[in-house]
Amino acid sequence: MTVRVQSGDFDAGVEMARLRAGDARVGAVATFVGTVRDMNDASQVSTLTLEHYPGMTEKALEDIVAQARARFDVYDVLIIHRVGELKPTDQIVLVVVTSAHRGDAFDACRFLMDYLKTRAPFWKKEQTPQGARWVEARASDDEAAARW
Amino acid sequence: MTSTTLADNPSPTATAVRVRVVYLARLREALGRADETLVLEGQPRIADVVDALRARGDAFARELAPGRAVRIALNHALATPDSTLRDGDEVAFLPPVTGG
Repeated sequence: MTVRVQSGDFDAGVEMARLRAGDARVGAVATFVGTVRDMNDASQVSTLTLEHYPGMTEKALEDIVAQARARFDVYDVLIIHRVGELKPTDQIVLVVVTSAHRGDAFDACRFLMDYLKTRAPFWKKEQTPQGARWVEARASDDEAAARW
Repeated sequence: MTSTTLADNPSPTATAVRVRVVYLARLREALGRADETLVLEGQPRIADVVDALRARGDAFARELAPGRAVRIALNHALATPDSTLRDGDEVAFLPPVTGG
């Protein structure tokens, strides 16, 4: 299990290959990549700044991974979340799950993202033509996490 | 019985509990500071910190008012108002998270 918070970009292909390297039990690799959109709530977004709470972030992500492992039959999990200043089309977050079968891989990947969105201490601030604003939390994210 | 006092300029006593208070993201900007050290006495709980901060009025009373969507972490884990505090603890105020 690996959890990384970093300002630099990541290569999803390299990370997927590394996570399952040499593990012949793996029959499924599910990957999610979140990226920066250029529009949010009807405003043009020129820059997205991600901040977090160092120390708590890593613990929160590790706790989320532990919960996924308890619920689903998975072999390994990787989460990378970027912080700092990002531009539209940039990658923000990567989740990779390896499992014997696709069902657990898909479910665990979705669970991890739903829980990350509502439990990991990250915050987004957008730069728009109307000025800078903190992104509001969405009720739909709480509903997505509550399904599990 | 818990007696709690709180000073902006800490003057430690034998029973003083020093707590680092951290404000994240939008709260940091609304309150005009990233962190501060509070000194409390007796056997303080998180609720005592919240009460003392609200008593400052203005932005603190507004942002930390009952019903506001603010979560509180104690030493990097989510906590409840009745959590007790020890010397050196870190209490953080978190607005709703928006990562991913």
